[in-house]
Amino acid sequence: MNTIPVRQQRTLNINVLRHNPHDPESTPRMQAFEVEEADAMTLFVALNLIREEQDPSLQFDFVCRAGICGSCGMIINGRPGLACRTLTRDLPDTITLAPLPGFELIADLSVNTGKWMRGMAERLETWVHAEGLEQLDLDVMEAPMEPALAQQLYELERCIECGCCIAACGTAQMREDFAGAVGLNQITRFRLDPRDQRSDADFYQLVGDDSGVFGCMTLLGCEDMCPKDLPLATQIAFLRRRMVAT
Amino acid sequence: MQHTLNRWPARLDLLQSLSGLLLVLFIWGHMFFESSILLGKDAMLWVTKMFEGEHLFGQPYPLLVSAAAAIVFLLIALHALLALRKFPASYRQYQRLNQHVGSIRHLDTTLWVVQVITGFLLFFLASVHLLVVMVQPDNIGPYASSDRIWSGRFWILYAFLLLVVHVHAGIGIYRLAMKWGPFSAATSGLWRGRIKLTVYCIVAFYLCLGTASLVTYMRIGAEHAPYAGERYDPAIHGAAR
Repeated sequence: MNTIPVRQQRTLNINVLRHNPHDPESTPRMQAFEVEEADAMTLFVALNLIREEQDPSLQFDFVCRAGICGSCGMIINGRPGLACRTLTRDLPDTITLAPLPGFELIADLSVNTGKWMRGMAERLETWVHAEGLEQLDLDVMEAPMEPALAQQLYELERCIECGCCIAACGTAQMREDFAGAVGLNQITRFRLDPRDQRSDADFYQLVGDDSGVFGCMTLLGCEDMCPKDLPLATQIAFLRRRMVAT
Repeated sequence: MQHTLNRWPARLDLLQSLSGLLLVLFIWGHMFFESSILLGKDAMLWVTKMFEGEHLFGQPYPLLVSAAAAIVFLLIALHALLALRKFPASYRQYQRLNQHVGSIRHLDTTLWVVQVITGFLLFFLASVHLLVVMVQPDNIGPYASSDRIWSGRFWILYAFLLLVVHVHAGIGIYRLAMKWGPFSAATSGLWRGRIKLTVYCIVAFYLCLGTASLVTYMRIGAEHAPYAGERYDPAIHGAAR
């Protein structure tokens, strides 16, 4: 006897917030699509089906399909998440999709997270600062690093800059200049890096105010909604303690 | 980067947390003292005399109670002033926060809004309570407090204050722990769950303790209503207890 349970196939009602700010005739509106659910279907697959079969003008971003590029971040039933990592079977029959708030809207579900991230990176100077980098011989073997430290750095480096932590953060939604968990996480990452010669006082100059670590109100939306499960709350708490002790 | 550091943002953040912590510890201690009425009128009288310094100086100095209330009042003013920085400051910020909270359905974010609302209510509720203690420090005791609560109808204030202050304190102490706690990344989630559960239990305990003592004050006040204004004297009223 076949005991494998067969799931009843659902018809998903997918409502998408559509708007193209570059089209003067476009006004924000919800558009409904119906998609037959398939096994192990992700939202990414569902959106591609819509674009291929129903509306080729639907705009959304994706590159890797594997939760690595961070392009397909969107608001899924009110909460930020990656379309490629969200299985439709975990969602109800009706799914509402909207672009990530807090970022420049390109069109429909596509937002310019890259512009925001670049601005943040330039403001927080999220790169290795060291003397004599220009004279560095790239052919010479790098100085070894303790595996535990390398692992710690790698853990923080897993951030894909998808923007979900910014969309999940009440502070970032209220205050546009707030660096957010993505920025503060990067500061702790470079603070840990022995190749970065900056002191805590240098880092304080970058995040020691209400647009930095002291603006964080510990709402923990970032920690709870990070698609990469990064330890953002502990990193921000650590940075806060270090900056106060500076 | 050779600029001098502006340490004020760090100081303000630390001060907000420290003043909050002190106020939470105060209110949790205060609850035990005010609920001494549950052990009887004599126990409450003993606590009253202790705060008036009678056990130490041989005679009561109600001014000590006024001074303590004034310190707490200043601490609240400092905490409120610092916390105000975090309140939404414009219609646009209110709108975005409201939209965010409604859509994200995230408990800790919603709890922050509860903290903002309860904090705002405490501006008024705590101020009234402290003002009464400051200007009438000698009007505290088994009958004096009960008369104020029942005949003076202060139970309305205290019932609201009890709920609001403990919800605010509970959420605040949880947030403080997550804000500063040196948890490792691996155990942070575990600690978060433990702290949340502990805080739920503490808030429930204090709400029960506070309700029990408030009801006791109300009962004593109702019984004593015909003699409202009369002070408790163990020699006269003790036997009839």
